[in-house]
Amino acid sequence: MATVRLSFSPAPVHVRTARLVGVAVARRAGVREDLLDEVRLAIGEACTRAVALHHQYGLADPVLVEMSDSGAYSVRVVDRAPIEAGLGLAALNADELANEALTDEALTTGVGFALLAGFVEDLQVRPVAEGVGTEVRMVWPVGR
Amino acid sequence: MELALATRTVGEHTVLEVGGEVDVYTAPRLRERLLELIDGGARRVVVDLGRVDFLDSTGLGVLVGALKRLRSAGGSFALVCDKEPLLKIFRITALDQVFPLHPTVDAAISADPTAPGA
Repeated sequence: MATVRLSFSPAPVHVRTARLVGVAVARRAGVREDLLDEVRLAIGEACTRAVALHHQYGLADPVLVEMSDSGAYSVRVVDRAPIEAGLGLAALNADELANEALTDEALTTGVGFALLAGFVEDLQVRPVAEGVGTEVRMVWPVGR
Repeated sequence: MELALATRTVGEHTVLEVGGEVDVYTAPRLRERLLELIDGGARRVVVDLGRVDFLDSTGLGVLVGALKRLRSAGGSFALVCDKEPLLKIFRITALDQVFPLHPTVDAAISADPTAPGA
């Protein structure tokens, strides 16, 4: 059961709101202070990815963010884009990053995934259980 | 905090001071400013991230775009950053191997291989 549920129209301006809420709930849940920067960045990247996918596919549906603090702090960011788009994620190495032929979109996607994978130990990207879309699920420990 | 941008000239170098949050919403403004500078003839650009308190993949993408543009124009591009949380972002993405990163503006300018006297 989600503690806090947030859904926002897929516009870049709302990603900051999602980050702020995500960090506030994380702090309240008892996530260690020194992890909060990473929580903020990871939630931002997951939401940015969802907004980009909705934009790419011309989807007006809202992006859903669910935060739950039962046992650990878990965050689900759900998009409604076709699965083949959502799961095509890969980090890029330094040579690929500096390659002139790489598009800005591909670069940002690759860097965004590297940040998610680098900052979230417990990360899953998978199809949603019902309907079209993918969910990025991130879990952080709650310190006592 | 919103994005803050300020430009100054140090000898042959154009220094762009960036403050606040660089994310998917504000990064287009950073891109526009960098393009204005480059289109206006700036060839040695230093971006000072000293007052940045948030930087995401979109912001990093804009910085890589400026680096590539300047390199293909025979110019130079360097970043100033000494905050550990931001440096960690560069390491995790392997972008620390792409950008010249310096702790101060002076260090960035004196390390520029394209600068006169270098």
